[in-house]
Amino acid sequence: MSDAGLGIVETRRAVVFTGDRPLRLASGATLPEVEVAYETYGRLNEEKTNAVFICHALSGDAHAAGTHFGDDPKRPGWWDNIVGPGRPLDTDRFFVICANVLGGCKGTTGPSSINPATGEPYGLRFPLVQVRDLVETHRALLRELGIERLLAAVGGSLGGMQALQWAIDHPTEVDGAAIIAASARLSAQNIAFSAVAREAIMRDPDFAGGDYYANDRRPDAGLALARMIGHITYLSEESMREKFGRRIQDAEVPRFGFDVDFQVESYLHYQGQSFVERFDANTYLYMGRVMDYFDPFEDPVHVQTQIAKGGTSFLVISFDSDWRFSTEHARVMASELRGAGAPVTFQEISSPHGHDSFLFAEPPEYHRTVAGYLDRLAAQAGIASREGAA
Amino acid sequence: MRPDLDIVADLVGSGQRVLDLGCGDGALLENLISERDCSGLGVERELDDFHACIARGVPVTQGDLEEELPRFGAGDFDVAVLSLTLQAVRRPDQVLTEMKRVASRLVVSLPNFAHWRLRSTLALRGRMPVTDALPYHWYDTPNIHLCTIADFEALSDELGLTVDRRILIDARGRRAPAMTRRAPNLLAERVVYSLIA
Repeated sequence: MSDAGLGIVETRRAVVFTGDRPLRLASGATLPEVEVAYETYGRLNEEKTNAVFICHALSGDAHAAGTHFGDDPKRPGWWDNIVGPGRPLDTDRFFVICANVLGGCKGTTGPSSINPATGEPYGLRFPLVQVRDLVETHRALLRELGIERLLAAVGGSLGGMQALQWAIDHPTEVDGAAIIAASARLSAQNIAFSAVAREAIMRDPDFAGGDYYANDRRPDAGLALARMIGHITYLSEESMREKFGRRIQDAEVPRFGFDVDFQVESYLHYQGQSFVERFDANTYLYMGRVMDYFDPFEDPVHVQTQIAKGGTSFLVISFDSDWRFSTEHARVMASELRGAGAPVTFQEISSPHGHDSFLFAEPPEYHRTVAGYLDRLAAQAGIASREGAA
Repeated sequence: MRPDLDIVADLVGSGQRVLDLGCGDGALLENLISERDCSGLGVERELDDFHACIARGVPVTQGDLEEELPRFGAGDFDVAVLSLTLQAVRRPDQVLTEMKRVASRLVVSLPNFAHWRLRSTLALRGRMPVTDALPYHWYDTPNIHLCTIADFEALSDELGLTVDRRILIDARGRRAPAMTRRAPNLLAERVVYSLIA
């Protein structure tokens, strides 16, 4: 099979809520105007039964796969290894949609957007949003696209949380939810890391209470620090040892000082610096809080009632080296879903890449499971099977 | 579906919440879910079998049943099934005790090591038997805790499990001829139990 990928793709935008038809948030607040940045790959079939929605993680965006015009073809979208012709999210058969989240900074309305009421960026006046608001925004996009039902919602980390919430809130609209390296309830340790990242941003003198958009300086130091902390939690001790060990950057012997010396320091530094060039500090704060407060099983009876309405099947995957959302998180989620009466398939996959494992194509077992699960959903929906597949 | 799984499915019944431990390719659960209105969950360690379950749309946890069993809650299921697997677990007594905790009824099938053909191979040839029902050599067998019908019933009794039904089957998994019932421990190659916790 040729594995050329998707080639050139583009991000589009759609206005999904307007002043006379605002987005009512779970908190009760309203947002008068919401625009969503999204990409689609493959074709929607006539019956509109082959839509697969990719929910992205904290620092993701709508550009999941393929390459933007003028970009380096070797640097495709963030989940290109799983999306494309013949890949698990097979664009020869599925209509794949990925959209930037509400509160994001990659084209969808968020704290850096202009508040129509003031003509100024929202900053921290943007309302606190929840996972279910992210879902409602993407449902509104689907309405614009003429899609009423998803074959599957798929996502890793915060993306998995959205897939889970989507299936709980709208069980008749989702055939399958694939929830990868996610949690249904952050632990105290998770929230603690989130708190340190938030403090790093908010204590940056250039943060200016979130109103830094018109200033010369942005809270880059704080955001970079937050990203460095986050990045440590995304990798495993083993993968860091393998990647960097105790090697010294650009030298054989240590320089003995307080500047960057070890390779791992240089790597973190680079991660932090490159992140500030592409990400908004306020969005980082909002997404952190989205995850901190996420608790979809808070009312188990409600979840049970919801699950009983639809026939959503769940796939829950964890990775053994992920200590940010460990397998224990996934087991609890699977158990709560089963307790609510849902059919759940669960697998812990052995992978050295820590929390980031969901972004890798290796080990092959991971994509084999996702592909098999989507194939089954496709077969149930009467979608022709993969060419050459049994 | 294998004929012995048909017998197991009959013993499980309709409308039950079923846990199938070592569920293989999921054929039994698929039948129970689609034909008998059951809901179910399989536990399977082998990856090819796990993927076969996914392809059938059978909910399954990939893992070792002895590690997974203690994670289920008391009374999570109506029926716990262990089909031709008891002899391959590390601690059959603990597995049965855990099954009793998570379900009110157990359906267990096993090969009978006291079948006359096995006895005669051992007694007359002095070699570990290799048969249709137990096709492995002593050195490569996954069956590390073989027992006889008499052994199993003694253990069940000790664990407070009551035999509700017992069906004797042959090596191909079909019901054994009626005469087998005259001396089950000598004549039956396999057996399926329904046990009340």
